[in-house]
Amino acid sequence: MHAMSTTKRINMDHAATTYLDPEVLGIMLPWFTENYGNASSVYAEGRTARQAVEDAREQVRAALGAKALQEIYFTSGGTESDNWAIKGFADANQRKGNHIITTNVEHHAVLHTCQYLEKKGFEVTYLPVDHEGRVSAQQVADAITDRTILVSILFANNEIGSINPIAEIGKVCRERKVVFHTDAVQAVGSVPIDVEAMNIDMLSLSAHKFNGPKGVGALYVRKGIRLENLIHGGAQERGHRGSTYNTPGIVGLGAAIQRATQDIPAKSARLAALRDQLINRITGEIDHVIVNGHRTERLPNNVNVCFRFIEGESLLLNLDMLGISASSGSACTSGSLDPSHVLLAIGLPHEIAHGSLRLSLGVESTQEDVDRVMEVLPGIVRKLRDLSPLYADYLQQKNA
Amino acid sequence: MSEMYTQQVMDHFTNPRNVGEIENADGVGQVGNAKCGDIMRISIKVENDVITDVKFRTFGCGAAIATSSVATEMVKGKTLDEALALTNQMVIEKLGGLPDVKIHCSVLAEEALHAAIADYKAKHGK
Ligand SMILES: Cc1ncc(COP(=O)(O)O)c(C=O)c1O
Ligand SMILES: [Zn+2]
Repeated sequence: MHAMSTTKRINMDHAATTYLDPEVLGIMLPWFTENYGNASSVYAEGRTARQAVEDAREQVRAALGAKALQEIYFTSGGTESDNWAIKGFADANQRKGNHIITTNVEHHAVLHTCQYLEKKGFEVTYLPVDHEGRVSAQQVADAITDRTILVSILFANNEIGSINPIAEIGKVCRERKVVFHTDAVQAVGSVPIDVEAMNIDMLSLSAHKFNGPKGVGALYVRKGIRLENLIHGGAQERGHRGSTYNTPGIVGLGAAIQRATQDIPAKSARLAALRDQLINRITGEIDHVIVNGHRTERLPNNVNVCFRFIEGESLLLNLDMLGISASSGSACTSGSLDPSHVLLAIGLPHEIAHGSLRLSLGVESTQEDVDRVMEVLPGIVRKLRDLSPLYADYLQQKNA
Repeated sequence: MSEMYTQQVMDHFTNPRNVGEIENADGVGQVGNAKCGDIMRISIKVENDVITDVKFRTFGCGAAIATSSVATEMVKGKTLDEALALTNQMVIEKLGGLPDVKIHCSVLAEEALHAAIADYKAKHGK
């Protein structure tokens, strides 16, 4: 993409990633330099690093409301956590059954992992979501059979922001004695999470989505659940995941999750107000707009709309030239011929799904950012519609 | 080939040439479909086998818009035979290249132009 160096850049793509909080960076830095010891070494430098890793583990435990430190494992990010939870569980528990339940709107880290397991002989049910992108606890209950070993359901959708009824699903899974994993990569720091109250058995998270560093995440695994290793190697993580501890990253994850989960209600209320203002102004000032996702059971930072008659990538390029970063689920941004599976799953026809725009807010987003988006967006949409043969046809039919 | 758009692509994308539709066009061609995400419509005016005017409308990505814009520029004032010789490879060269994943979008400009010329020939019994 081409950036204009003169304009101040506005990040409207926090769902893709966030900036590293400078305070968190400050906390991480000594672990690259002075305290570079291997956290598995027995001598002083190693013990210092190990203590930092264990302090971070406590920060993650506290943020999730988990009971024990041993329930938190550090990984390389959300993708590894999802892979480990699903493949590791399937591997270790296939004697009990071969059926897995998930949804048709999961992140590819879950979707492609489940498709891989299908090739290995597992049976996977992909629950269809409603028009707002959610599944119900009843759907989960109805899909569970005596062969079901695992339910994996997205906490909050990375594209359209819809939040699933996780506590209700957790209750159903607990009653039916099926293990429940949730990909909470987008939810941590935006929505209060309590693995005990919500009956969550496994949970994936990733630091770079809440102003922590990239390439580090965690997997919560309730005590008593057996997982096969995904990363075979040394004795780290009590022999469950090899590889030298990424001390700076893990320290950064701990510091970031502690900050991100402080005062979620106030932070979310501020972002939700900006979010709703964006949605209301977009639908008020631009014609032929469809709002995707649930209007209230929704991440406080997520706006997702479709503009009819235009295509998403050309929209993104125009925004980019004016200093605004955003994302789209159109085919031409995904590099495939199909628009995003999420937009198709909520029932949008292809031509409308191609015109999608996701704006996602973050801690540094301001009223000025929202005003700037609204200053340029209506003009961009108008310009692209003037170019569009579909819009010309629409006007002709309307006037005929 | 580059993973990003060249300056020429961005130029045609930001200031597309020959946008619109010719009234009482001699030939109109529309290709692509909304399902795959790119639709292109080209209309031409023809005098003595020469394309005297050409306009386009495109629903699609940056590459689709830029290739249709540059293609109209390349065939304006050309004979029908010259225009029929236009390939997507020539369009891509004129734009200084396209990312690999965007090559399929550039085929549409060639196809839309061919369709417009075929329409002209059919209408005028040629
Ligand atoms: C819902 C969801 N799951 C998983 C991931 C993957 O996380 P990571 O980039 O840390 O591998 C993402 C990030 O894009 C996500 O949004
Ligand atoms: Zn395209």
